[in-house]
Amino acid sequence: MELRKNYFADVRKDDLHEVGQPRPRSDSPGHVTGKTAFFADRNFPGMLHLKMVRSPHHHARIRSIDTSEAEKHPGVVKVLTAKDVPHNVYTILILIQIGPEDETVLADGKVRWKGEAVVAVLAETERAAQEAAAKVKVDYEVLPAVFDMEEALKPGAPLVNEYHGQNYYLYDSGECRKVRFGDVEAGFAGADHILEQSYQSSPIEHAPTETTGCVVAPEGNDRFTCYTNTQAMFFTLDNTSIILQMPGSKLHFVGGTVGGGFGGKVDVIVEPIAILGAKLTGRPVSFIYSREEEMQISSPRAAEKVVIKDGVMKDGRIVARKVTGYTDAGAYSRHSPYGAQKGAGHYPGPYTIPNVWIDTYCVYTNRTPSSAMRGFGVTISDFALEVQMDKLARLIGMDPLEFRFINAYRDGDMKAHRQPTEGAALIECMQEASRAANWPVAEKYMAMSSYKKGA
Amino acid sequence: MAIRRGRGVAAINYPTGMNLGGDPTQALVHSTPTGNFMVTLSSVDLGQGMKQIMAQICAETIGVPTDRVVVDTADTDTGPHCMGTFASRGTHRAGNAVIQAAREARQVMLEVAAEELEVNASDLETDGQGNILVKGAPQKSISIFDVALSAHFKRGRSISGRGMFLIPRSYPEKETGAMKPSTCYAHACTVAEVEVDDETGEVTVLTIKNVFEIGRALNPKMVEQQLVGGSWMGISHALYETTEPYYPNRDHGGTDFNQYLMPGPGDLAETEIIVLERPSADGPYGAKGPGEMCANPQIPAVANAVFDAVGVRIDTLPITPERILRALKAQAAN
Repeated sequence: MELRKNYFADVRKDDLHEVGQPRPRSDSPGHVTGKTAFFADRNFPGMLHLKMVRSPHHHARIRSIDTSEAEKHPGVVKVLTAKDVPHNVYTILILIQIGPEDETVLADGKVRWKGEAVVAVLAETERAAQEAAAKVKVDYEVLPAVFDMEEALKPGAPLVNEYHGQNYYLYDSGECRKVRFGDVEAGFAGADHILEQSYQSSPIEHAPTETTGCVVAPEGNDRFTCYTNTQAMFFTLDNTSIILQMPGSKLHFVGGTVGGGFGGKVDVIVEPIAILGAKLTGRPVSFIYSREEEMQISSPRAAEKVVIKDGVMKDGRIVARKVTGYTDAGAYSRHSPYGAQKGAGHYPGPYTIPNVWIDTYCVYTNRTPSSAMRGFGVTISDFALEVQMDKLARLIGMDPLEFRFINAYRDGDMKAHRQPTEGAALIECMQEASRAANWPVAEKYMAMSSYKKGA
Repeated sequence: MAIRRGRGVAAINYPTGMNLGGDPTQALVHSTPTGNFMVTLSSVDLGQGMKQIMAQICAETIGVPTDRVVVDTADTDTGPHCMGTFASRGTHRAGNAVIQAAREARQVMLEVAAEELEVNASDLETDGQGNILVKGAPQKSISIFDVALSAHFKRGRSISGRGMFLIPRSYPEKETGAMKPSTCYAHACTVAEVEVDDETGEVTVLTIKNVFEIGRALNPKMVEQQLVGGSWMGISHALYETTEPYYPNRDHGGTDFNQYLMPGPGDLAETEIIVLERPSADGPYGAKGPGEMCANPQIPAVANAVFDAVGVRIDTLPITPERILRALKAQAAN
């Protein structure tokens, strides 16, 4: 890695002592010698192991659940169903008043994705819990499922989630989050070229080294300590408090040392049910995802579809950009309504375009609920935007890097969501990339600056 | 049939933090009786180095060496509220809270030192080595060790501070979408050079050159680990990863690291990282959040390089050999 101090030297004071120093990380010796304690290193006498009975169907009505055989299985201490969960229907963003509550801790009457949690089994050993889980009998009536976002948005499509009433999230702005800036149709009408293209991604797993999980120990005074690898301590504690209808003062969360998150450990999935198990049995409980559960049950990055329509001039100026984004939330909201909104705030990318129209939809389908992941709402947007930029440059016969200089945002430029640009540095990054990659651009671009107009 | 070479470029920006329900993080700082400093947080270290960087920020602000600072984090019985580690917010939000708490603690420390030295607190400065000196008369000094002892045992003062950083909630305007979705933006430009075998569809990323602008490299070595890892992840996203290879069909999803494909050590591109620093107005010592940004530009850069190599556009991720071969076939048929 090289620090290029010559850029922005006029606005940066390099007079610091501790900051800016490559000090060795205090926790790295423990990490590399295997001495760092992670949540799963906690072991308590009498600890129970929790295993989930999961739906084999993408979409089905639950006619009945019979746990009698599982309860008789040697080593089984407790079997939990929806009726045991005090506030079973929840959504994590309700904490900041983003509803509706649309997801069940344990399925009640219906399952909406293959892998959904239906029954929790707590036993003395992992093996006993696994064997007993296999003895739970759930009678399903399979329902038609929908996996494709376009299909899901058609009239007459199977309704994925009754708590929404339609297969998309309803924003205060309607069926999508909207950004309107300038007059996009007038922009297209005056453009030399129009290019409309579609981009698509598939779900992506965070693949952390350490799988999602927690270990809960009753403190004996009606309080419960939960050792967890959540990425957000109070967010998880407060949501647990809502789901279990327990005062937050009865909950004590300990964590902070996590073996990789990437956005995959903010969904508040394992802690509430594990604490409930500890509360109802009076014993410590461990609930740790297997690698298979991490891969297929935990939230992935959403699949997205992005349609970009651009109007561009022969001289390289983009004069209009219309983006329609679709985020595949899967069966439940989790963080996806915000992800789609974050996309709306990110388009049209780091470019100054006078006419912009953005619609972003959060769509429900019968698949593993997606949620936050590194680059939430932006990663796939950037893939679509930057491939589109390459196509536009080639369309008008211009060098792809020079084309970006022409449109790059600079300090003071108004963005589509009506915030003035501050602290821009796109131009300087491109100038340095031009040098580093030996990709020469015209001298006038190397003379540009993010600071102000006119260069 | 041949191995063809191509290169592609992508440039991006990335918002620091989020703003859905407001974005708060708090911090507490206090001194031990012998002048070490404890930072108390509930922020989570995911392996990115939160604990280390908060220690450096606290040390810089108080004016002591980093090894005099201990970070105690992520126990809800002791640590004040942090929204969480996500959205590239950890260093920025917690860092600002730590600075505020450390400033308050430093002020008390200087007041106690001033009483001991019989000068005004405003006449004092720290030497960064654990001492407090009178400006212009450095021979008149007191160690922070002695100042802490005095505060605890003689003067009954608490050398401590409270820090709070909040980005107020922004409600998007319904019709126009006017909103303040985040704070400062990090930037990047990546150039990827690839080889594509047009007989097998396989892509090899030869070189990846990343320029990242991150406000301030608070710890250059830790920045490097974050950026190199992110660059790898971007390549992985571009060419390898998905839980549903036949999306929207749900079948054939990987269930372990044998089936869920990612580039291994033998697939690593020659990686170059260049860092620029334009300090942000609202960042701790100007820092922006680089954590997510650094994994994004490689994806379109690789996609554009594949086109440059073989003349087909793969607009669906991941860009697998199968997709490339199908596109080449369709291109040949036209």
